[in-house]
Amino acid sequence: MSKDIRIKRGLSLRLEGEAEKELVKAPRSKTYAIKPPDFHTVVPKMVVKEGAKLLAGDEIFYSKYTEQIRFTTPVSGVLKEIKRGDKRRILEVIIEADAEDSYRDFGKMDAAKAEAKDVKERILESGCGAFIYQRPYDIVADPKDTPKAIFISAVSTAPLAADKGFIIKDKLEAFQEGINALRKLTPGKVHLSVDESSAQYLKNIEGVELHHVKGDHPAGNVGVQIHKIDPMNRGERAWTVGVEDVAIIGNVFLTGNVIADRTIAVTGSEAKDRKYYQTKIGCNVSDLIGQASDDVRIISGDVLTGTQLSNNQYVGFFDNEVTLIPEGNNYRMFGWLPFTYNNIHSNSKTSLSWLFPKRKYTPTTNLNGEERALVVTGEMEEVLPMDVYPMQLIKACMAGDIEKMENLGIYEVAPEDFALVEYVNTSKIEIQEVIRLGLDLMITEVG
Amino acid sequence: MEWIRQRLDKIREPFNKGQKLEKYAPAINALDTFLFTPNHTTQKGAHIRDAVDLKRTMITVVLALVPALIFGMWNGGYQYLHQLPEYANGVPFMDAFIEGALKIVPMIAVSYAVGLGIEFAFAIFRGHEVNEGYLVTGLLIPMIMPIDIPLWMVALSVVFAVLIGKEAFGGTGMNILNPALTARAFAFFAYPTYMSGNAVWVSNASEVDAVSGETILGTLASGNEVGYSAMNMFSGMIPGSIAETSVICILAGALILILTKVGSWRIILSAFIGAAVMGLIFNALPSLGVEGNALTNFPWYLHLIVGGLAFGIVFMATDPVSAAQTMKGKWIYGFLIGFLSVMIRIFNPAYPEGVMLGILLMNVFAPTIDHYVIEANVKRRKKRLEKANTQVETA
Repeated sequence: MSKDIRIKRGLSLRLEGEAEKELVKAPRSKTYAIKPPDFHTVVPKMVVKEGAKLLAGDEIFYSKYTEQIRFTTPVSGVLKEIKRGDKRRILEVIIEADAEDSYRDFGKMDAAKAEAKDVKERILESGCGAFIYQRPYDIVADPKDTPKAIFISAVSTAPLAADKGFIIKDKLEAFQEGINALRKLTPGKVHLSVDESSAQYLKNIEGVELHHVKGDHPAGNVGVQIHKIDPMNRGERAWTVGVEDVAIIGNVFLTGNVIADRTIAVTGSEAKDRKYYQTKIGCNVSDLIGQASDDVRIISGDVLTGTQLSNNQYVGFFDNEVTLIPEGNNYRMFGWLPFTYNNIHSNSKTSLSWLFPKRKYTPTTNLNGEERALVVTGEMEEVLPMDVYPMQLIKACMAGDIEKMENLGIYEVAPEDFALVEYVNTSKIEIQEVIRLGLDLMITEVG
Repeated sequence: MEWIRQRLDKIREPFNKGQKLEKYAPAINALDTFLFTPNHTTQKGAHIRDAVDLKRTMITVVLALVPALIFGMWNGGYQYLHQLPEYANGVPFMDAFIEGALKIVPMIAVSYAVGLGIEFAFAIFRGHEVNEGYLVTGLLIPMIMPIDIPLWMVALSVVFAVLIGKEAFGGTGMNILNPALTARAFAFFAYPTYMSGNAVWVSNASEVDAVSGETILGTLASGNEVGYSAMNMFSGMIPGSIAETSVICILAGALILILTKVGSWRIILSAFIGAAVMGLIFNALPSLGVEGNALTNFPWYLHLIVGGLAFGIVFMATDPVSAAQTMKGKWIYGFLIGFLSVMIRIFNPAYPEGVMLGILLMNVFAPTIDHYVIEANVKRRKKRLEKANTQVETA
C-alpha cells in the first residue's frame, strides 16, 4: 500500500553546479578517517591503539555511555593517528589504508529467516548501529529501544543534493536485504519514501510501506516525512536510516563483510569535475576535488546542513555530497537597497529574484547582513511544512523552557528541518544551532 | 567604491577589537553597514543565506511611506495657503510643497536626531548593533503629528516612545506597543491642546482668524455638516495629521508593502473589513428604530477613508513586532483593530479619531490572541499523544 505525500510549503533552491549523472571510481585515499563529532552526543572510547593492524569491519571505538553502539573501520589498514582537540576530545581516527581491502568475516546470514535478536546483534557488532539514527533528538539510536517504525528517505530535495535513485540503482539486492534486516528491529512498519527518480528503482522493494513524495525542499527530509506519515509523540522513538546505509547493512548479511561504499556527488559552482564518485566512507576530500583555493568553501554535505572542511580533511560519515561554493568575504555597497543585487537569491519579495523562477544562482557564503533581533513574522512558516510554530519554538529553545518546547513540538523536529528557516531568516539568527541546543537540553532533562 | 572602502577601514581602525574606542564600535558599525553590506561569512549552520536583511526590510517600509509623506508636505502647505486671499485663484504646487516642507522637514530631522541618538547610546551601552527599526519609527512619528506641533514636543514624544515604549522592554523586537503610536499617544495626552480640537490641523489656523482647520471627524462629532466630497477625502485634500489624509498615497504604500510581503496583507484586509462591519452596524441603527447621530449615520465606506484609519492600518497595525505573529492571529488582530477603531471613533466624542487607541489596545492583546491560536496547536498535539500507541516501549 502506498500513500502519497505532497508538500506545499517549502523552497527548492536552484543552484549552479549540479553533478553529472556519471559514476566514476575515485582514487583510493592513502588515509581514511572516522570523525566522532559526526555522531552527536557519542563519547568515543577507543578499543585499539595507534599502530594497530585492522581489517575492514574491525571495531575501533564504542560509545562510552551506550556500549552496544560500536564503530568499525571502513577500510583495512593501520591505525595511524588519533587526532584530539580541546580537552583531549577525539576529533578524527585516521587509518592508513592498505592497497586492497581485506575484510573481517562476520559470516553470512539470511536476515529474513534469522531471529530478531541475532539480526540486531549482527548489525551492532559490524558497526552498522552507527547508521541508525533516532527521532526525537536526531542522535544515534539506542539499541535498547524498540522503535515504533523505521523511516528511510530516498528523496533528494536539498540544493544540489545527490540523487538517491542514482546512488542506489546498482545496489538493489543489498538494499532489499537491508530492509529485511531492519524489519526485524521494529514491531511497526518500515516506511520508504521515494521521489520520481528513486521510484523507478525502488518501487518493487518488498516489506516496506512505500510513499511517493512530491514537493519542494524540505520534502526530502525524513523528519518532514515522519511528520506527515506518523508524527512523533512524547516518549516514542522512531529510527531513520540513510538509503546507501541500508545497502551497507544489507551487504553485511549477504556477504558477511562490512563494505563501506559511499557514493559522493561533487557539486557546486566551484567544483571542476562534477560527477558522482564511488569511494569509501571517510575518504579524504582531496582525492575527490584536489586542492581548493582559499576563496572556495569546501562543504561536506549540502549547502544548508553540511560541515565546512579544509583541504585534506575527511568527508563526513553520512554525507553523499561535497559542495564547493565561493567564499563571500567581500563588501557590497548599499547592499540594503531593495530591488538591487538581484543576482543573489531571496525568498523575500524585496529582491526581484522572484521574477526569474527558472534562473540558477551562484550563492556565496556571505551572510548578506548582520544578526538582529527577531522582527519579521510569517517568513519561517513559508518554508517549514510542519504543523509547528517555528518562531515560537525557536524562542522557547532560546529560553530553555522545557514545557513550552514540548508543547510546541520539539520531539518532531531536527536541526536539518530548520535549515531553510535559517536560510530565509531576515535576522540572520543561527537557528539550526538553537534547535540543536534545545534538543540537547531535552536529552539531559527528559532523556 | 574601493577608495571609500579603504578610507572607511582607516577611520574605523581605533574602533576595532582591542583598540581604545572599541566600546563605541556599534556607532561606527552603523555607519559602515549603511554604506556597505559587511563581508561577514556564515560560520555555523546553513552556508548560504537569503539576500534579505533587516535593513532592506525597513528601507522598504520607508519607501512605502514616501508617497504619503510627499503628499503630506504638499497638503500641509495647501490647506493653509488656499484659504488665504492671495491664493484665491489656486495654489501653485511648489508653493504649497515648500510651505509644508518647511514645517515637516525640521520635524523629521528632530525625530531622527533624538531617536537615533538614544538608539546609538543604548547600542553602545548594551553592546549590540544599532537596530534599523527606528528608521521607520522616526519617520512615522512626524507623519502622524499635527503640522503645527512645536519641535520640542516632537522631541519629547520621541524620547518617551524610545525609552519607555521600546528600550524599557529590552529594545527592538521586544516592545509590546508600536513605538510611533506610543509617541503620538504621549503627545495626545500630555499636550491635548496641541493635538486635538479644531485649530491644530491646518498650519497657522490657531493664529490666523480667517483660516479654519477642523477635521471631518471633528466636524461630525460636533454635529455639523461636512463640507468635503468623498473624492476630497479619498485624494486627501482635507485637514488632518500630516500624512494621514491621502488614501490614494496610503494605498500606494500598502501596495508596496503587500507586494514585497513586508506588511501583512492579512492584517490590512481584515482591519478594513472590521472597520466596514462596525460602520455597517451603526449605519443600520435607523432601520432598527434607533436614532443615531451624525457620526453613526456617516456612511460606512466614508469611515474607511477619513481620519487616520487607513494610515494606521497600513503602517502601524502591520508592525510585525507589536502585531499578532501567527497567521490566524493576524486575521483576528486586524479585524478587531478596524472594529474597535470605528467604535471608539463613534462612541467617544472626546477622541474624534479612534485608530490610535484601537491599535494600541490590540497591541496589548496581540500576545493573548497568539496564545490562544498556539494553544489550539498544543491541544492537537496532546490529543494525538493520548491516541498514540502506548505499547511502544522506551528505555
